[in-house]
Amino acid sequence: MNQYYHSIRFDQERCEGRMRCLRVCPTQAIRVRKGKARMIEERCIDCGECINVCPNGAIIPLTDPFGELSRFRYTIAVPSPALYAQFGREILPAKILAGLKKLGFDEAVDLANTCGEVSFAIQEFLRNYNGARPLISNACPTVVRLIQVKYPDLIDHIIPIDTPREIAAREIKRKKSKQLEIPEKDIGTFYITPCPVKMISIKQPAEKGRSHLDGALSIADVYGPLLSAMESLEETEPERRALESICILGIGWAVVGGMSRTLRLRNSIAVSALAELIKVFDDIEKGKIRNIDFIEAYSCTHGCVGGSLTVENTYSSYNKIIKLIETLEYEKIKACPDIRDVRRRYEQKYYFIEGQLEPRPLAPLDEDIGKAIQKKKQKEAIYEKLPQIDCGACGSPSCQAFAEDLIQGEVELADCVFLWPQKITALAKEIIELVEKTGCRRGQAEISSAKNKKEEEA
Amino acid sequence: MTNLPANGRESCFVESFPIQGGDFHHAGHVSTQIKEILKELGIEPAVVRRAAIAAYEAEMNVVMYARHGTFILEVTPGEVNFWVEDEGEGIPDIELAMQEGYSTATPEMREMGFGAGMGLPNIKKNADRFEITSEVGKGTLLRITIFLNQKKVR
Repeated sequence: MNQYYHSIRFDQERCEGRMRCLRVCPTQAIRVRKGKARMIEERCIDCGECINVCPNGAIIPLTDPFGELSRFRYTIAVPSPALYAQFGREILPAKILAGLKKLGFDEAVDLANTCGEVSFAIQEFLRNYNGARPLISNACPTVVRLIQVKYPDLIDHIIPIDTPREIAAREIKRKKSKQLEIPEKDIGTFYITPCPVKMISIKQPAEKGRSHLDGALSIADVYGPLLSAMESLEETEPERRALESICILGIGWAVVGGMSRTLRLRNSIAVSALAELIKVFDDIEKGKIRNIDFIEAYSCTHGCVGGSLTVENTYSSYNKIIKLIETLEYEKIKACPDIRDVRRRYEQKYYFIEGQLEPRPLAPLDEDIGKAIQKKKQKEAIYEKLPQIDCGACGSPSCQAFAEDLIQGEVELADCVFLWPQKITALAKEIIELVEKTGCRRGQAEISSAKNKKEEEA
Repeated sequence: MTNLPANGRESCFVESFPIQGGDFHHAGHVSTQIKEILKELGIEPAVVRRAAIAAYEAEMNVVMYARHGTFILEVTPGEVNFWVEDEGEGIPDIELAMQEGYSTATPEMREMGFGAGMGLPNIKKNADRFEITSEVGKGTLLRITIFLNQKKVR
């Protein structure tokens, strides 16, 4: 079963079993055994919450180092609009893209423009859509994985339009391969990512065999070198020209709400932060959310600007994007892709995901429902004996999880510290009984003298 | 509880949840818990979805119209049963209540998105067996059954 690739690694040397990760994991994918954290691979949705709370830095996001670029003859940077959000109005996208080229990429692609295209494509899709509502955005790979694992029945709600990063990478590879007359495999496309989860969507896409991206560099790793690269750049473009190259529809994709504001829907909602998503998905499942056509969903607070591999403060970068949009509106700059082109490509299925998204529900208590019912009863009986305060000291995230781990044979009842006094009492009784039964005189004498002593003290 | 189809049998799982009438703040918690249990037992996603919707509507029915109620969940290898009993005003004309669009919801309830008159019809739509009995001034009893496909989840 352990065939899942994850963008998170637990460093066993650094881990001191401090349990913080155990408590924040939304899918209860972490256990601490023998003082070290370990991951249950099929449960992990790569949200990265654990990375942020580990006091030892023992949970390491896996992104690519700069060295990966040398594997390719021609390299292209595909930065998330969240990179623009690090700088806002002070340094405009045109300069950031130029800076990336100076860092060693042969080319840097503006993803905001593709985001704008995809906004149009989603509009087209929604126009004639008659299936399950609300549709849920797929730009955040954690959202897709959360649905696959915890809400498998909502899988049909995920929009089948591919993400801008995949579409952009596919397009530029084709174009450059033709132009330079080199095979596509010699062209490396690298996403500049605000979070580790994009790395898995590249290494192990949820729906298709292979991603069009070849790797991901984190914004955190790129930020410093990029700043110095941009410092030495000469200002070639006037500000107005730089502003005019920003797609007003796409730039907002860096923040929550940015996507749905471009869709002109009657009823849509934008949700960010994992705990909020879980509430919303629970409500969809029971039919509580009605008359909503589209849900824009991000696992990080405020959207991609809240990613764990960003540098700027989440709220500052959110504000920077909003101000950039306001500037474009004020200056009446409406640069965006040609909708006729998008419609033509849409008809040719250009924007649709390749492959089929399948659910991967968590393993039930047992594959056989009769046995699962029995195990559930056992689990409830065990749970009744537990303190039910979810302290986590046993290494399982909650008393419920402990009860489940117990019936699956992974822990012992004695691993619960709250049951120790009972256990010691029981053990003491056993010893006394044993001593009395075997008739060991010396033992009996010692027990009675201990009893007398206790009575005297009392 | 004695009238539950498989109650007492070795092979069934039974759990009971209280529902407080008028408590809109906690409304929906029972159906969320039930949904989690069904998932844990490995019930097929599509069946869980139908069960979750039926459970939510039944729960809301108690919250909106009764003083308090009890929601009993029973799972056997072949079916899921809900037994939702409340003490409340009851339903004078069940046939009318079962009609789509008919509702006695107050303006406040409608404000919250309820009262489209789809509650009971929605249960019927999602259930394989649905019985409703009611006594005016005393309360209502809903008996809902959803059959389980024996198809494996994975």
